[in-house]
Amino acid sequence: MARQPRERRRVQTIRKTDMTQLINDTGFVTDDWTHGFCAAGAANDCRALDLAPDADPQKIDLNTTLEMIRIDFPSSADGRGFTIARALRLRGFTGRLRARGHILADQYAMARRAGFNEVEVNDDVAARQPAAQWQYRADWKAHDYQSRLRGTAS
Amino acid sequence: MYHYTDFDAAFLKERNAQFRAQVERRIDGSLTEDEFKPLRLMNGLYLQLHAYMLRVAIPYGTLNSAQMDTLAMIADKWDKGYGHFTTRQNIQYNWPELRDVPDMLDALGAVNMHAIQTSGNTIRNVTADHFAGAAADEVADPRPIAELIRQWSTDHPEFQFLPRKFKVAVSGASADRAVIKAHDIGLQIVEQDGEIGYKVIIGGGLGRTPMIGKVLYDFVKSEDLLPALEAIVSVYNLLGRRDNKYKARIKITVHENGIEDIRARVDARYKLIRPQFTGVDQQMLSRIEADFAVPQFKTATEAPYHHARQHDPLFKSWSDTNLTEHRAPGYAIVSISLKAHGKTPGDASSSQMRIMAGLAKRYGHDELRISHEQNVILPHVHKSDLPSVYAALKAAGLGTANIGLISDIIACPGMDYCALATARSIPIAQEIATHFDALKLEHEVGPLKIKISGCINACGHHHVGHIGILGLDRAGVENYQIMLGGDGTEDAQIGERAGPGFSADEIIPAVERIVMAYLDLRSDPSETFLQAYRRLGLAPFKAALYPQKQASAA
Repeated sequence: MARQPRERRRVQTIRKTDMTQLINDTGFVTDDWTHGFCAAGAANDCRALDLAPDADPQKIDLNTTLEMIRIDFPSSADGRGFTIARALRLRGFTGRLRARGHILADQYAMARRAGFNEVEVNDDVAARQPAAQWQYRADWKAHDYQSRLRGTAS
Repeated sequence: MYHYTDFDAAFLKERNAQFRAQVERRIDGSLTEDEFKPLRLMNGLYLQLHAYMLRVAIPYGTLNSAQMDTLAMIADKWDKGYGHFTTRQNIQYNWPELRDVPDMLDALGAVNMHAIQTSGNTIRNVTADHFAGAAADEVADPRPIAELIRQWSTDHPEFQFLPRKFKVAVSGASADRAVIKAHDIGLQIVEQDGEIGYKVIIGGGLGRTPMIGKVLYDFVKSEDLLPALEAIVSVYNLLGRRDNKYKARIKITVHENGIEDIRARVDARYKLIRPQFTGVDQQMLSRIEADFAVPQFKTATEAPYHHARQHDPLFKSWSDTNLTEHRAPGYAIVSISLKAHGKTPGDASSSQMRIMAGLAKRYGHDELRISHEQNVILPHVHKSDLPSVYAALKAAGLGTANIGLISDIIACPGMDYCALATARSIPIAQEIATHFDALKLEHEVGPLKIKISGCINACGHHHVGHIGILGLDRAGVENYQIMLGGDGTEDAQIGERAGPGFSADEIIPAVERIVMAYLDLRSDPSETFLQAYRRLGLAPFKAALYPQKQASAA
């Protein structure tokens, strides 16, 4: 009996549908990026880079052709992507940062505060968590201790 | 006491509204139980053996009478009329209904309290020396920086989904009453060339793999502290193991990578983060420090105190054990024991909470503290008021004179409440207390810390008990292992395992054999158990503990 929930969780984490939903501060939007993504270590004319959750943000080559970095979240309980995003911003990356994978509406504000511009979730997550639940956290600039401590609150 | 700013109040209101919505979304199916779990944990809501459990933060263990009164009201309205104070300066309610929890959080919010980050894989409630602001041996009050760390860690976007939980403790004194070397980060306020700064210790912890923390930095200036903390947790977030929850704490990260490697990574990260902090946090710290200004102490005759000591032997006994030297002349720090013999360690009824709140308001500059040893402290009481305070405590079943003695036991909730437990803790603590009370040996034995955990996760701190007891499950039968010589102070030491465990029936006589051996072995009555153990080592205590083995070997 006790084993059942664990089995169910594993299935949920691994299953990925092909279709995804892009989400930003305006709600559910159509993905306008049409140039594809390359893996880390690919040719240095890469325009959009896909990063694994165990990527070392100090070692990413932030060359000038890089317009977008997409970071994978294998599970909503795995918060490495938030630190990777912030490290890339602190290193000076000003391009588009996208979180992709199993992310919850409740994590949207965290993602934005960590430096992400947008979130790409699987359709099954988007179906269970409709646009209104994401928009509820689009006020991510409000009630933010970090910007208050840094004197950057708007 | 810290007073919430408009920002703090608005933050909490919004956060509670979010959680109320999350509870509704769990009920309507938008959130699966797996998805809801980390969200409820971020708001202190556990699922235990019999029911939900709500763990409410008491940041750095400090609260006022209105807050204590609210804790009592919540116990009556939504629980069973009592609460349990924990080793991390929290209070736990063991019987709330899920649908009531948002209302409980709103009631807490009305008195600037919350349950944020009291569980989950995030930075937990920041703890501090329970004598902060009152102790005679203090370099500086640790509560202002603990409050700044509370604000910094609250809802930190990077650190809500760490590899594992993360605990920070702060001490402002040379004596360590906050067990800082058994925390993920322990901070000790130190003075160097007239400047106040922080010694930063990382990688301590108890649990399955007990480790004493290692010094990362000997001295960090106040303005550099938040970026240093942020660098440490960032490094841990990426480097900490996520493949095995039992190896996910920073103590393992430090152990596996080495303190030098960790320091190099933290230094690199710190360089990136430091420019973000422009000094605004230090201005906030100054305002927080003003909130923790020393109370207006009174001057009065101490005659009633000395008179009561001469004429009331019970008061004398209580004042011998339950008072600690205060920095202000004429004042004392009062420890109220929540360890009445035979009662559950750390439990207080709602009426007891109200009595303690009333005493704090009338005699104690409106301040109370919760100690990690699961007692309540009135940090500022004038000695002339002590006879009145004692009389009121005694009448409420709160006058037990046993602070630091054998019955002042730390015990985790154990199998009576906890889903992880492998054995009962509370009944063992109760039996030890009543047994030695019946023998009338407690005061003869003197300072002796017994700490009991009901599983290897070590919530009862058994590794740092002078006598530590660990309850395990051996083929369906409770089995209690004994560790000796542990110490949770500035001389922190993990206890040594004495040998094979004992059944629930055998454990009380086993503890008695150790105590009797100590009474025989001590050089004189002033030599404490721990001093005798350090002088003699494990062998003579082991011989007393396992007499039949000695006999068969001879």
